[in-house]
Amino acid sequence: MISIDSALCRGCGLCVKTCAQQALFLENKKAFCKDSCTLCGICVDACPFHALSLPQKTAKEDLSAYCGIWVVAQCDQGRLLPVTLELLGKARQLADQKQVPLSAVLLSNQAETLARELIFSGADQVLLLSHSSLAAEDEELTFRLLAEEIERRKPEIVLFGATAFGRSVAPRLAARLRTGLTADCTQLEIDKEQGLLLQTRPAFGGNLMATIATPYARPQMATVRAGIFPTPKRDTSRTGTQVLLPFPTKKKPGLHVLETQIQAENSSLPSAQLLVVAGKGIGTKKNMKLVHRFAQLVGAQVGVSRPLVEAGWSDYRYQIGQTGVTVHPKILLSLGVSGAIQHLAGISGAETIIAVNTDPHAPIFQVADYKVQADCIATLESLIQRYESQK
Amino acid sequence: MNLIVCMKQVPSSNEVRMDPKTKTIIRDAKSAVWNPFDRSALEVAVLLKEQLGGHITALSMGIPDTSRLLEEAISCGADEALLLSDRAFAGADTLATSYALSLGVKEIGPYHLILCGKMAVDGDTAQIGPELAETLGIPHITDVTQIVFASEKELIVSRKIDGASQLVQVTLPALLTVVKEIAQPRLPSIASILHAKETPCTVRNAQNLQADTTRTGLLGSPTQVVKTFTPPPKQSGVTLSAKPDQAAKEIAALFEEVKR
Repeated sequence: MISIDSALCRGCGLCVKTCAQQALFLENKKAFCKDSCTLCGICVDACPFHALSLPQKTAKEDLSAYCGIWVVAQCDQGRLLPVTLELLGKARQLADQKQVPLSAVLLSNQAETLARELIFSGADQVLLLSHSSLAAEDEELTFRLLAEEIERRKPEIVLFGATAFGRSVAPRLAARLRTGLTADCTQLEIDKEQGLLLQTRPAFGGNLMATIATPYARPQMATVRAGIFPTPKRDTSRTGTQVLLPFPTKKKPGLHVLETQIQAENSSLPSAQLLVVAGKGIGTKKNMKLVHRFAQLVGAQVGVSRPLVEAGWSDYRYQIGQTGVTVHPKILLSLGVSGAIQHLAGISGAETIIAVNTDPHAPIFQVADYKVQADCIATLESLIQRYESQK
Repeated sequence: MNLIVCMKQVPSSNEVRMDPKTKTIIRDAKSAVWNPFDRSALEVAVLLKEQLGGHITALSMGIPDTSRLLEEAISCGADEALLLSDRAFAGADTLATSYALSLGVKEIGPYHLILCGKMAVDGDTAQIGPELAETLGIPHITDVTQIVFASEKELIVSRKIDGASQLVQVTLPALLTVVKEIAQPRLPSIASILHAKETPCTVRNAQNLQADTTRTGLLGSPTQVVKTFTPPPKQSGVTLSAKPDQAAKEIAALFEEVKR
């Protein structure tokens, strides 16, 4: 439970209003807390009299031994993934700010060639495990290698792409190292006072961002989705060192991948220039046809917000947002999308956003360059008519 | 086959908005429901039990009120339910949660398979599955889309990863995280609802579980929220016509400008 200093509490009730758990209440002009408190800390920030506080934590080990930033690289059929390069670009900025070395960790059967590319994109050092058997990604081997090397070399920060691979390996590693991990960060910064990694992501399932830190455990770990950070310029004049890593201690594997079937990436959403995005406000599943018709007429791709995927009107691979696809179109027409923060995280890279919604308070209007407060289907029908009559 | 299904209670509304002026949370209807991914995990367990026989325990950590939802899990096919509830568990991040859940798993006893939803719809972290597996020292497979073969010794499952699907074999005990589409959760029957009412949910606190309270709750959580905020509006956008015909004309002009 949150601690409340009753001498400082003035009974203003601001904390009661901020509590999403309804755990706080006033009695005789003092605030009290019930068991349903989840220690989220929102009330601590809300109290103007500093009467509320969270229990204090301390470090369990000497943290000063940890230094440097690592990016765990991923490649697919001999090419580095775009998210790896994007992470290196961001990590380079963080490393410069902290004045520490930036390392990339790579397991591959073509590690030497790819190591050069990692250096061109910002790494000072590449830690490689190179072997002909490493043609495909191996979650268990990567996990064991990282667990051993992190304990040996003690990096301060370790970053992963939020790919299926990263989202499987990173949490297992965090549990082994008993440290914190923040998933799907949309912003990474270094705190000026303590040099901590500040990890920002949408939180509380709503229109709220949270900045998260791991002050008392190391390494500080985070995953980032593809498309969040820009790709850095490839600089072939950059130099760096390559360090060959030994194979991790042998252990009987728990998993055997029997077969991997490559499926053509059917979604070209991340690279779409013109995009139409449909949300709950389109009303019925039938109206998806209109959305597709307009997209076809204008030459745009179609994406959707999460509720449509949950309702079964569209497939997950078309979901735009923090846990779906991040897009960067030149123009995005948003139809009947309210704009949950996770969705806004996925469209923040759009150059121009046109939003059509009947609700003047819909959060989508806060990020829209052009706002249309009208029925999205009527607008869509009118658009289709306009284009069809031109043919 | 002894099966454990980890379930999380989440707010039914995904809209927790903060009033930017007063900094207070605007509450919409916020009754609690099961994370939909976990319902699919429970259904997979029920299907496996129907095929191989066995016993299903639903496991959750949360406030005492969570027992109401665990009753629902029993009505949907779980044989029993264990709730971990204690002030010492409050404020847990994924690491502290997976430690507490690992104690719950040990309390349940020998098992073949643990099933988790791929992620929860409130936190979206997808971390509990792999973290729990590591804490227990068993292998895990994420993003499972289908159970192809099952016995008490091993499983063969398919999973969807970036741009590929995989067929993976795993020796039990193991942990799977499943996608929502893996199974269509069944609705409880009247008989099963009545049965659930007569099956009390077991509740354990930190002391019952002999938990190391430096590893639970807020104290055991390496991550901490240092700041929460509502993102500032990008800029004040231009308001177009509210008449569909006129708006369509203006939107078409914007599209044509970009296409040029």
